[in-house]
Amino acid sequence: MEILFAFAVLAGLGVVFGVVLAVAGKVFAVEEDPRLEPLTEALPGANCGGCGFSGCAAYAAAVLQGKAEAGRCPVGGAEVAKAMGDILGVVVEEQERCVALVKCSGYQGHAQKKYDYDGLSDCLAASRLPGGGPNECPSGCLGFGTCVRACPFGAIQVRDGVATVNHELCVGCMKCAEACPRDLIVKVPYSADITVACNSQARGATLRKYCDIGCLGCKICEKTCEHDAIHVVDNLARIDYTKCVSCGLCAAKCPRHLIRDARLNKEHDEPVPVSDSKWSDA
Amino acid sequence: MSLFSLFSLALTAILAENFVLVKFLGICPFLGVSKKTDTALGMGMAVVFVMGLSSIVTWAVNEYLLLPLGLAYMQTVAFILVIAALVQFVELFLKKFIPTLYTALGIYLPLITTNCAVLGAALLNVQAPRGPLESTAFGVFSGLGFTLAIVLFASVRERLEFSKFPKAFEGFPQALITAGLIAMAFMGFSGLSIG
Repeated sequence: MEILFAFAVLAGLGVVFGVVLAVAGKVFAVEEDPRLEPLTEALPGANCGGCGFSGCAAYAAAVLQGKAEAGRCPVGGAEVAKAMGDILGVVVEEQERCVALVKCSGYQGHAQKKYDYDGLSDCLAASRLPGGGPNECPSGCLGFGTCVRACPFGAIQVRDGVATVNHELCVGCMKCAEACPRDLIVKVPYSADITVACNSQARGATLRKYCDIGCLGCKICEKTCEHDAIHVVDNLARIDYTKCVSCGLCAAKCPRHLIRDARLNKEHDEPVPVSDSKWSDA
Repeated sequence: MSLFSLFSLALTAILAENFVLVKFLGICPFLGVSKKTDTALGMGMAVVFVMGLSSIVTWAVNEYLLLPLGLAYMQTVAFILVIAALVQFVELFLKKFIPTLYTALGIYLPLITTNCAVLGAALLNVQAPRGPLESTAFGVFSGLGFTLAIVLFASVRERLEFSKFPKAFEGFPQALITAGLIAMAFMGFSGLSIG
C-alpha cells in the first residue's frame, strides 16, 4: 500500500510540474520569427564567426533583421546559400569559395634562425621578444602554431617550421589571420593555382642573407606575365586574381622557385598527419 | 542566523568542503566546460544561480510535502524532479523577462538540470538539517565554491595549452592529473573550521 502512496505522490508532483510548465510555456512564450529556426538549422552550426557574427544563430538573426545579407557563410558555401535563399524567398548570389594562404616559404633549411627559442610555444609570445622573435626574417612564419590552435576546422598544421593550410579542410573563415601576430595569412580564391608564399618586403640584398627562397623583388615575373596580373610592390610580388589566368609562366620563370603552381608542385600543399609536425619546432 | 555563522558556512562551503575538489561532486561540467576561463565563469554563475534557487525550493518541498507524508526516503527522486522542472521554468521566465541574463547563461542553464552538485547541495541541506535561509546561503556558497574551482582549473588548463607535454599525456590525462593536483592543494583547507 505504501509503495502505491509514494507512487501517487510522485506522479502527482510530476503532473503538477507538467501543468505549471505547460502554462508557463504559453504565458512566457516569446514571439520569434518563424523563419529563424529553419534558417539557423540551414547553417552548418560550426559557429566559426567567418561571416562576421558571433555564431550561426547570431548570423541567422542578423539576416532576418536585415543587418546582413544571406549567403555569407564560408563553411556552407553555395549549398547553404541556396538553402537560405529558399527559406527567405530570395535569390542569393553565389560567392566564390576562398581559402587561407600562409605567405611564407621559409621551411627549415631555407630561412635562418637567430637563436634557439625555448619559451612558451606560442607565436604571440615569441614575437614579443626583443628583435621580434627567433627568426632572422622579420615577416616570416614563426611556426609555433598559434593559427593551428585558432583554426576551428583543423585545417592548419605546422610543417618544417611553417604553418601549412589544407585547402580541402579550409573554409576561409580567417580566424587564423586574426590570430597571427605577423599578419601573414591572407585570403585567396580556392581556384587560385598560382601563389606567392612570401611576405617579406625587405630589399633583395638584405633578404638573401637569411632566406634562400623569399621574394627578392626582381620583377622577372612581372615582365613574364602576359596578362598584367602580377606586380612587384614594396619588393614583393603580388598577384591580382581577377586578372590571373593560371598560365603558370611566372612560376616557371621565378629564379627562386618561390611562385608555386599548385598543379605542378604538390610538395607543400598536401596535408600531413598532426603527429609528424608536433615537435617540429623542438 | 548570525553573521558569524554565515561566515563559517561560507568558509566551509567554499574552501574546506569545496564541492568539486573535496567532495568530488559536479565533476562532469568541471572537466567538460573548463577549457576557457570565460565559459568556466559562465558555467559557475549558472550553477550559483540554480543552486541557490533549488536549495530553497527543495527545502520547501521536503518540509511541507515529503516530511508530513512520511516520504523522506523519496528525497533523491523528488529533488531530481523538482530541480529539473525548476530549471525549465526559470529558463522560460528569463527568456521572456530578462533576455540579457538568458543569453549570458546561454546553454549552461539547461546543462545543469541534472548536475549532481546541485542535487548534492539539496540533499546535504536536508541531511544537516538546515533552515530555509541557511539552505539558500549554503546553496549559493557551494555554487561559489564550484565557480572558484572551475575558474582556477580553467586558467591552469589555458596555461597548459602553451606548454610542451609528453604526447601520451595530452588532452584528458593532462586535465585529470591537473585536477588531482588542485584537489590535493585544497586538502590543505580541510582543517579549517570555526564556530
